[in-house]
Amino acid sequence: MALVVNGVEVATDEEGYLEDLSAWTPEIAEAMAKEEDVELTQEHWDIINFLREYYEEYQIAPAVRVLTKAVGKRLGKDKGNSKYLYSLFPYGPGKQACKYAGLPKPTGCV
Amino acid sequence: MADYEVPKITGEDGITDVPPVTEDTMKGSGPWISAPKFQEEMHFPSDIEKDEEGNWSLIPNWKEAALEKMDDLRHRYRSLQLFLDICVKCGACTDKCHYFLGTADPKNMPVARQDLLRKVYRRYFTFSGKYFPKLVGATDLTEEVIDDWYNYYHQCSQCRRCSVFCPYGIDTAEISMAAREILNHVGRGQKYCTEIMGKVYKIGNNLGLPEPALADTLEGLEEDIEYDTGVQVKLPLDKKGAEILLITPSADFFAEPHVDGLMGYAKVFHELGLDWTLSSYASEGANFGMFIGSYENMRRISQRIRKAALDLGVKRIVFGECGHAWRVAYSFLNTLAGPFDFLDPKYPVPQHVLEITWPAIQAGKLNIDKSRNDDMTLTFHDSCNIARGSGMGGVEGGQFDIPRNVIKAVCNNYVDMPADTIKDATFCCGGGGGILTDDLMEVRVKGAQPRMEALKHVTDQKGVTHMAAICAICKSQFTKVIPYYGFTMDQIVSVHQLVSNALILTGQVDEDEED
Repeated sequence: MALVVNGVEVATDEEGYLEDLSAWTPEIAEAMAKEEDVELTQEHWDIINFLREYYEEYQIAPAVRVLTKAVGKRLGKDKGNSKYLYSLFPYGPGKQACKYAGLPKPTGCV
Repeated sequence: MADYEVPKITGEDGITDVPPVTEDTMKGSGPWISAPKFQEEMHFPSDIEKDEEGNWSLIPNWKEAALEKMDDLRHRYRSLQLFLDICVKCGACTDKCHYFLGTADPKNMPVARQDLLRKVYRRYFTFSGKYFPKLVGATDLTEEVIDDWYNYYHQCSQCRRCSVFCPYGIDTAEISMAAREILNHVGRGQKYCTEIMGKVYKIGNNLGLPEPALADTLEGLEEDIEYDTGVQVKLPLDKKGAEILLITPSADFFAEPHVDGLMGYAKVFHELGLDWTLSSYASEGANFGMFIGSYENMRRISQRIRKAALDLGVKRIVFGECGHAWRVAYSFLNTLAGPFDFLDPKYPVPQHVLEITWPAIQAGKLNIDKSRNDDMTLTFHDSCNIARGSGMGGVEGGQFDIPRNVIKAVCNNYVDMPADTIKDATFCCGGGGGILTDDLMEVRVKGAQPRMEALKHVTDQKGVTHMAAICAICKSQFTKVIPYYGFTMDQIVSVHQLVSNALILTGQVDEDEED
């Protein structure tokens, strides 16, 4: 599968995750979201940016619990729960948000 | 929510009616195919190519390779040869499979699904099939047959419910595993399983959670427990000389409600004064080698547990809440990775975490306040690999009774689902055996129908609010599929999450009681 962003083809896997993680740009995130009828707001970007920072340090997406805790600390306690995250990323913050952030999908029994 | 029809459930008696057969409802191309880079990690043939339309070829000599593998397997496992020979098509299994009940596709009747392999076996390896194929329903191995195998053997979760009802005791899961092992060797590995096992070899777990991330996650959980209880409970990692090595599915570090269960084990160990550790090298209980029928890979993964136990110098190995991990551990670990003569012989090898918690509760060693779970009415989902593939506590039926005993000891409100849907007749969650992947969502949703019907029954008629499980796959599958049936994802809980809620640690000060 391939995604076309600004006239350039970006390679993605069967589920639409980036093949080459270093190729990520904000425009790619926008294009991926558009395909799923999601309009990225600042609230989405706060999550995406956090995911990218975490990945940079640990080479994996954060666990849901780590993510909700971090979001609670940064954006206010009322947002530190999975309900808020699901409202932004209905297919699951772990999977959908990771995809937009250019991270590999968490695999296994999750 | 879905581009297929989600089965309707009524909740009337909790039993799913047998649907009228509808041919080919689940015909398809099967799950995503394992690319060469994943095949190589598994030591499977990888010379397959993608055409312009994105379809993968088989390996060049696929037919010879498939028959050679089938011949190899039937000699290696005499059980397989027996199961291929003795089916008399009595039909007792036909309506026992959750995937047949949920999809109505006749090829999902266990007898018919097995026959996809059996008819080829008969053609090439039996006298009557070689000379009178039409008389005995034997058929040539063609690419269409391979496609059918790939599709329908990934609509079997190897749950073995049908085997319980088979008068000959044919283990259907063994046939599915053999079929997948043959597929592995002709260029039809399943991406979900092979990618994950590659991560176990490279990083130590299915998730691909590296040591620093695991350490950070565990630290975060310690903070959370201290915040909730005021007690410092440790979740040690790579602690040399600890008595117990805990092997648990990596989902316990990552997903909800799994992680609540992990905190429960930690609190129990803490309260009992047990010296334990996790291993970053063997940070995975799951063993997908079983799902894909690959003895070699099942062994490679099991050997990591042995190595971790030796390196850390532990005396006991304890398994967390994971269904097939417990089956592999309970039934096969000694032959795969034994002998475990370096462990303390006073304890079972391996031991299930419930085999620690239940005796401790009985002995009054844990201070339990059941009322802390009063906001819930529980039921218990027996996970197939535990129910039908293992035991617990060294007593007959222990795998059914011990989890229930623990739940009842920590919760005031407990109700069982209908008898035909629990214990050794339990229905699979719909996501076991390597099916827990997004590309098989339709199979997963439809396969969950019998369990959902039973849950709806006890929800409507007995006031059940939550369903507990002791398997990472069951928990993940349910949190994902129950919304299709009108439930909410937080209705699924870990058994040790319930223990954790009710357990009052020595010195505990509840977060809301402070000041």
